[in-house]
Amino acid sequence: MKAHRRNKLIAIISGLALLSGAVALILYALTENINHFYAPTEVKEGNAPLNKTIRVGGLVVPGSIERSGERLYVEFKITDNQSQMIISYDNILPDMFKEGQGVIAEGQLVDQNKLVATKVLAKHDETYMPPEVEASLQKYGHPMQPRDGDESKQPSDKY
Amino acid sequence: MIPELGNFFLILAFINAILLGTLPFYGAHTNHKGLIQFAHRASTSIFLLMLVSFVCLTIAFIQNDFSVAYVANHSNTQLPIYYRISAVWGSHEGSLLLWVLILTGWIFAVSSFSKSLPAEMTARVLGVMGLIAVGFISFTLFTSNPFERTLPFIPIDGADLNPLLQDFGLIVHPPMLYMGYVGFSVVFAFAIAGLLQGKLDHQWAKWSRPWTTVAWIFMTLGIALGSWWAYYELGWGGWWFWDPVENASFLPWLAGTALIHSLAATEKRGAFKSWTVLLAILTFSLSLLGTFLVRSGVLTSVHAFANDPVRGKFILVFLAIVVGASLILYAIQSSKVRSKSNYTLVSREIAILFNNALLAVSTFVVLVGTLHPLMVEAFTDGKSSVGPPYFNLMFSVFFIPILLLMPLGQQINWKKDDLPMLLKKYIWWFVSCVVLALLLTFGLNGFTFEALEPMALLGTILGLWVIAGTIKYIQLQSAKGKTRWAGMRKISRSYWGMVLAHIGVAVTTLGVVLTSYYSIEKDIRIEMGETVEVEEVSVYFKDFQNIQGPNYISSKAIFEVSSSGDFIAELKPEKRRYNASQMVMTEAAIDPGLFRDVYIAMGEPLNNGAWAIRVYYKPFVRWIWLGAIFMALGGILAMTDKRYREKKFKKKVSEEAVSNGQ
Repeated sequence: MKAHRRNKLIAIISGLALLSGAVALILYALTENINHFYAPTEVKEGNAPLNKTIRVGGLVVPGSIERSGERLYVEFKITDNQSQMIISYDNILPDMFKEGQGVIAEGQLVDQNKLVATKVLAKHDETYMPPEVEASLQKYGHPMQPRDGDESKQPSDKY
Repeated sequence: MIPELGNFFLILAFINAILLGTLPFYGAHTNHKGLIQFAHRASTSIFLLMLVSFVCLTIAFIQNDFSVAYVANHSNTQLPIYYRISAVWGSHEGSLLLWVLILTGWIFAVSSFSKSLPAEMTARVLGVMGLIAVGFISFTLFTSNPFERTLPFIPIDGADLNPLLQDFGLIVHPPMLYMGYVGFSVVFAFAIAGLLQGKLDHQWAKWSRPWTTVAWIFMTLGIALGSWWAYYELGWGGWWFWDPVENASFLPWLAGTALIHSLAATEKRGAFKSWTVLLAILTFSLSLLGTFLVRSGVLTSVHAFANDPVRGKFILVFLAIVVGASLILYAIQSSKVRSKSNYTLVSREIAILFNNALLAVSTFVVLVGTLHPLMVEAFTDGKSSVGPPYFNLMFSVFFIPILLLMPLGQQINWKKDDLPMLLKKYIWWFVSCVVLALLLTFGLNGFTFEALEPMALLGTILGLWVIAGTIKYIQLQSAKGKTRWAGMRKISRSYWGMVLAHIGVAVTTLGVVLTSYYSIEKDIRIEMGETVEVEEVSVYFKDFQNIQGPNYISSKAIFEVSSSGDFIAELKPEKRRYNASQMVMTEAAIDPGLFRDVYIAMGEPLNNGAWAIRVYYKPFVRWIWLGAIFMALGGILAMTDKRYREKKFKKKVSEEAVSNGQ
């Protein structure tokens, strides 16, 4: 049964080689492609890097949505109820995008106040709040109404 | 009254599940005929109970019974009847009920189609599935009961079903996907029953195979339907976002694909037995993990889900129990499982080993990317997400060798083969694929090699290579018969299934690669009566109407798309506002084609009655889903192979022989 042992050894060694290769690649690819999340206050304080893909999130400030009128280009402000920042976006906004709603924008900061977004995530559901936004509101802002015990807290979701 | 009945039947099903999850084990252990027989009866009754319960909820939706909280939150009197029915699984509670119904449906199916199995084996399999049902029914009953009332304040009208879900794709997508997710519980139950019995022979693999394939077929179609729906409904032309919820369905699919292959080796050659069992456990565990990710709302996703921590914890505990218990059982019992391994380095066994290693690593890669944000959050304070470039890069790295080896893997002999001979048969086919791919990408690139994406070329080569390799396989196999036709007929149905599924993989690959690299998307400003050129096509804004739908009002534009004077299609995208929820929805208009889609989505109204619209030209995008259909058809051929029916036939014959003898 020597051949069988040898086969097993080869299988184990190549498996390990494949796995360690995979792990090395994963670690490399992860450090390149992690998008950290920042609240507007953190962006304002200069904690977020410029010209690197990050995510920011907050509530869309009512009355802050400005459309260009000539193109799809749109600018709006988001807030964590302490600081505000501007998001610009040159694409069709998701259907559920609304004033006062929690959104997440992915893109790069051009300065400490403005993010050029490549992606805007608004939820499929209006009563849903992204966990990141919820946490940053808890931390920096003072949520307008306590969400606990709120009728809209009734879990309502898709699927 | 009817919702209470539904709840009552759900509770009965719960008790039934507890009995099904315990007594058959005792029966199998003591070889008690009555208790073993009980497993079959309990399987039928649990299915019927869940069916009645589900029908009760459906009736509540049809009758607009807004005293039921779930109905009030997800339906509306204006909603058309077919969407009122699909709204039953439009949200968490009801879809969970559907989930359990499907699970009991699988239990019923296993109990009906397992006549050829040893009785104690069937009893144990049904017992394991009963235990899974206990978990999910208690989850429904205690954390997400769809029958809860809103008494005493009954709303006059419901809050409406999310407009995104008011669509055909969403009527069929969740049930398909759940069939897949839950279907993997069957092979899991087979694995656990086998481990309990300490007997995992090739018979075990033979029984498990068709069940795994059926689940895999549903999973494939479910994922493809989800992708197709996202493409036409979300209005931004994407078909896959590496979103955590998408990954949640992709993980068990990848593991299930590996399982299908390793089951083949286990059945045919008795190889990799303990690995196959582990894979069966892992596949179902990934299904449960997916459920956890989807239902707990721990990850930010374009899908929206319940944010109730109790539900998350419940599933997490359930997941821990299932995975923990089955791995402990595996650790104790797997030493009893002996694999035969009389194969050499150049053999189909090794090819399948490669397939499994690469698929397992791909699964691992996607898993790490999906769970990474959770790990970061657990160990540091920060929040993060992993971007699509990670997945695109990592997934291609391991998928390229899979495609490269696929044609060789299907041709290579079991046990021993001659590698140089094999390569010699294929070398010219490979070279022609390279030439063909060069021509194709040259053409798509605008008849120049300038700025030709190397990945686009590589992907095209590999896609063609798999198709060519498969044709070569048929050619080589059919040469074994007296005539070509006789040879073709000799290839068994399950091999035709393999051929079709592999072609499906190639078709999907070509679709993915060519759409990703050669799509055109343009935002344009257009006024009524105006014609705007977008690359080779020109778009003419013909008309604009405001129309009234059943439960929405809509702004509808009519565009005429033509290419160098030739009329292509009239596209009518819409912007809808739904009455009940006041949500705005973009309805894209698509002119589908086998080789290209033209896709228009309306953006925003601009000054002077002009609109910002987005025009896409997407070559080969249909191939992504066409490939999935091929894979599913391949699966159907494989599971209907005659050797899965053989046993029953033989039994019948022997029974007849016995009765004739008397």
